[in-house]
Amino acid sequence: MATRAEPATTHADLVAAEDVLLFVNAAITSTGQREFHSGEHAQHMSLDFLHAYVRVNYRPLYAASLALDINDHNAALIVRHLLETAGEADAEQRRVEGRLIAARLARLPAPRVYRLFRALRAARVNNRRTRAIMRDWLAARPDPALDALKYRTGLKCTARHAHLPLTTRTGQEDDGELGDFLFAPGRRKHFTTPLLDAWRRAHYEQGALYELPFTVAEGFAARRGIDRRTFLERIAPRMTRLERLRLQESARTHRAEVGADLTGMPLTRLASYVLGLSLDDRVARRAELTGALRAAARRTAGGQAGTWGRVAAVLDDSFSATGSRQKRQRPLAVALACHFLLEALAGTYLPLWTSGRQDALLAYPYGATPLGMRLLDALESAPERLVIVSDGWDNAPPGLAGEVLRAWRTSLDPRGRTAVVHLNPVYDADDFAVRRLSASVPTAGVRNAEDLPALVQLARFAEGRTGLAELRAHLDDRVRRFLEDAGTGRGEAR
Amino acid sequence: MSRLDMEGLSTGPAQVWGAVRLVPLMRAEPLTDLRLHREIYDKGAAGGTPSTSGGATTVAAGRRTAYTSYIPHGFVANWTGEGGPAAAYGSQFGDGRAPVECAPLHLPRKLTQRMPRSGRSGDGPSGLRFLPLHLALDGYLALHFGGPPIVWEEWTRRAVRDGLSPRAETAYRGGRVRGLADALRIFEIHPAQCGVLVYVADALAAAFVVPHPDDYRALHPSLVHDLYGELIHQYGRYGPRTVPDVPVRIDPEYIASVADLRAAAVRRQREWAEQHHDLMAGELLDESYSVRQVHRMGRFRLSRFLPPFALHRAQHIGEMITDGKGRVAYLKTFRLSDKQVRRGHVLDRLAAHDWHLGATAAAMGITVPELARRIRQLGFEELVKAHI
Repeated sequence: MATRAEPATTHADLVAAEDVLLFVNAAITSTGQREFHSGEHAQHMSLDFLHAYVRVNYRPLYAASLALDINDHNAALIVRHLLETAGEADAEQRRVEGRLIAARLARLPAPRVYRLFRALRAARVNNRRTRAIMRDWLAARPDPALDALKYRTGLKCTARHAHLPLTTRTGQEDDGELGDFLFAPGRRKHFTTPLLDAWRRAHYEQGALYELPFTVAEGFAARRGIDRRTFLERIAPRMTRLERLRLQESARTHRAEVGADLTGMPLTRLASYVLGLSLDDRVARRAELTGALRAAARRTAGGQAGTWGRVAAVLDDSFSATGSRQKRQRPLAVALACHFLLEALAGTYLPLWTSGRQDALLAYPYGATPLGMRLLDALESAPERLVIVSDGWDNAPPGLAGEVLRAWRTSLDPRGRTAVVHLNPVYDADDFAVRRLSASVPTAGVRNAEDLPALVQLARFAEGRTGLAELRAHLDDRVRRFLEDAGTGRGEAR
Repeated sequence: MSRLDMEGLSTGPAQVWGAVRLVPLMRAEPLTDLRLHREIYDKGAAGGTPSTSGGATTVAAGRRTAYTSYIPHGFVANWTGEGGPAAAYGSQFGDGRAPVECAPLHLPRKLTQRMPRSGRSGDGPSGLRFLPLHLALDGYLALHFGGPPIVWEEWTRRAVRDGLSPRAETAYRGGRVRGLADALRIFEIHPAQCGVLVYVADALAAAFVVPHPDDYRALHPSLVHDLYGELIHQYGRYGPRTVPDVPVRIDPEYIASVADLRAAAVRRQREWAEQHHDLMAGELLDESYSVRQVHRMGRFRLSRFLPPFALHRAQHIGEMITDGKGRVAYLKTFRLSDKQVRRGHVLDRLAAHDWHLGATAAAMGITVPELARRIRQLGFEELVKAHI
């Protein structure tokens, strides 16, 4: 048994801790999109209920979850709900919430923030605090002209809603050029900001569109009927890192040269990219892909590389890892990324795929989920840590995995020599939680394999024996570090 | 009368979704010399049939008689026997053996159809085409179709002249059975799977077996287009929303090592297979059926079977392809509702006693008016005269 919480821990405390963990797990995994087992609507309903429930009952913890590795969809939802119901918080709470919101917004991708601002506008949330948050966030944007081009409607909407003065960073004396660009582009013969002027020229000068950001230029290229190959090759220098990765295969079919440094990509994205390739391609580029995945994993592991001792992993590549049309092969991508990350973290590493295949790079979703049998294989090697990455639909035979883990804990390893943790990439809308395998094994949601070390830490709270006080302490610690990072300007997250 | 011989097929762990339970059937050694694949009929694709438009097919069956059916999809069976080389549809055959020469057709009606000898497979027959469940349903619908052979006075003029025509039964498409489409979508097909038993609210709705795992993988989605009985549709709609999963239980007390744990897991799996065989699939496997051969193809026989129509028991009609030893290579069944079983039962009894109401009633231990009432209630009211 782990340390029991102090006697003061009441039943209500345990319930509260469980509720909050439930919510955090949901907020990490669910993106409101369709999953393999449940539809989009069910996911939305389920998630909305959880948000309302936790916000009303545990508002400080609800705000504090912004500091955790929850996904962007939920971060935006939390911010929106906090701002919509600002009246329910007292002054001190509002101050903390404001700092958390600002710090989180700084890490969110810009399109998502603009979408959030538009949602706030639609919900008619326009108090002083909201306007201040919008103003501060916009002021921190590195290049307002770029935003005006790429996120034109979003910026327009925000400026209107919060009554913000628009200034370009380039000209010292501001002559309202940005405002004109957004609201009355016909008013000026030319712009002094190069980017804005390029946009104006792109309307009649083909060369100018290659000075624009990729997404904006794409529209112009389509209108002019520019050959896709030529366009891709010439716009390549203007693409962002993820745009390059996303367009790799498209460029390949058009035989265009769009170079991408795969080793610099985030691990889970890279795994998704690899799984998107055909098996033949993966075989042909085996060295390159494996190298890139290993490099990304080593970078993610950082100082912890090689410190985890003997690690066994049970990874789910059953048919349900297909995900859905919106989250194509996401569960499998997470499993693949975890595989490479664990390989980097472990001293000795034993990966076991549920299908029984050995070659991780050639993984594809196939067959049933004999999780129990694979767990037996893993436990036979007596590892120090056992990590299970699965959606928890154990069906060959159903419930064997849970029984194996229970029997292992009660009869064979009551001291807990083997630390077992289950990471689940899929939110189960019907249960309001990620699906668990067994009560004796902590389960945590996972969205990006990069968060694995932090999640393994969080998962120990999910054993149901730690009270609210400990969880609160952990959250406070995370919040403190989160705000410190934001204070020192740790740049945008992925 | 004979039973279904399911040798070579083993039961896998069930997967439950809502009220639908799907039990996979696995073959350790798939059959390679018989292959099934699916043919979707759309406009004009059903080459060889006399008139086709948009999946509806009409076959002239003699003067002033036409046989019309709507066909969403059909199955094509390819096989090899001894002789020259065989080729079919890109399916791979184990050894270089060849198809039999054209087997003679002795069909009461043309329920199966030779594939046209198109250029795609050179000479030799390229396969047999048949419609899933069509044989089985036809067997049931045609049961004592001719009506009374002796003009007993109780029977109406129409009954003697036209028999049971027209005879109709209702069936529902799989998509209409609640939860079935989802259950099939999320079902995780096992690598060696060659068949499935479909339960709705834990009533066996259909059994489906094919010769090869690749065929199963290709034909799995076709289950949602198949016919299901009225009863199954009702169970899906009004039955329980969920059926309980049967999770494995292991008692930790007797576990001393990982090997023990593994042994216990394997034991549980075997127990489940046995229990399933006895408790759940018993109604299908224990029953003895009257089997009627419809077609021979090499060492395989295509036949349909009817249950004994015993009252108050779940019964299935179906069609199958068996190999030389009588083992099932292909199987498709349809669950009859109680009323359908009663219909079959009464028709069977009547036929056994030459459609003599008095003798039949005496054999069934009821009075003649009671028997007449039953016949009317079963939907044959035009057959018996009103005063009986």
